[in-house]
Amino acid sequence: MSAMDIVAIVAGIMFGLSALAAIYRIIRGPSVLDRVIASDVLVATIICALGAEMAFNQHTDNLPVLLVLALFAVLGSLSVARFLPGRDRA
Amino acid sequence: MSGVAGEVVTAILVLLAAVMCLAAGVGLLRFPDVLTRLHSATKPQILGLMAVTADVAVNNFSVGTVTLVVAIVLFQALTAPMAAHLVARAAYQTDHLRPDLLIVDELRDARG
Repeated sequence: MSAMDIVAIVAGIMFGLSALAAIYRIIRGPSVLDRVIASDVLVATIICALGAEMAFNQHTDNLPVLLVLALFAVLGSLSVARFLPGRDRA
Repeated sequence: MSGVAGEVVTAILVLLAAVMCLAAGVGLLRFPDVLTRLHSATKPQILGLMAVTADVAVNNFSVGTVTLVVAIVLFQALTAPMAAHLVARAAYQTDHLRPDLLIVDELRDARG
């Protein structure tokens, strides 16, 4: 096992723990805004994990996926935050 | 870039992104209200993304790759603060925050 394999395993464990924390907050989050923030963290973790996989395997196949996620991951949290019930004025 | 230097750069940038993501996860678990969780959640969206995309650009250095990486970072830098700002604004207006944790509340008069 080379040093890069160890780095890849450590980084994978960190990404996994972050994703688990985000999923815990999505399930248990006391308000809908906590769930929105946690889903944003989950998307950011997936983006970073895809990029790390590209860096380790020396290819660029996932870059369009990263571009689409960077463009459109905002729409869910934006619409939830904008049309949240209970807001008095825009 | 190849060889030992390339591997060291790859390892450092990927571990930086991984530490950012882990810090965001720990912040989501430990922080007390929406605004503080938002503070920790917005770190990997820009810094982690910049680390991994810089890593990809260093490993496969070409015009196409660098252009796509610049576009990714630019669009993320446009959209992520917009979402964070709207979520924070909605949290303030719907009282999803703990007023005892605020140091300064400049919008108290406008809030009514």
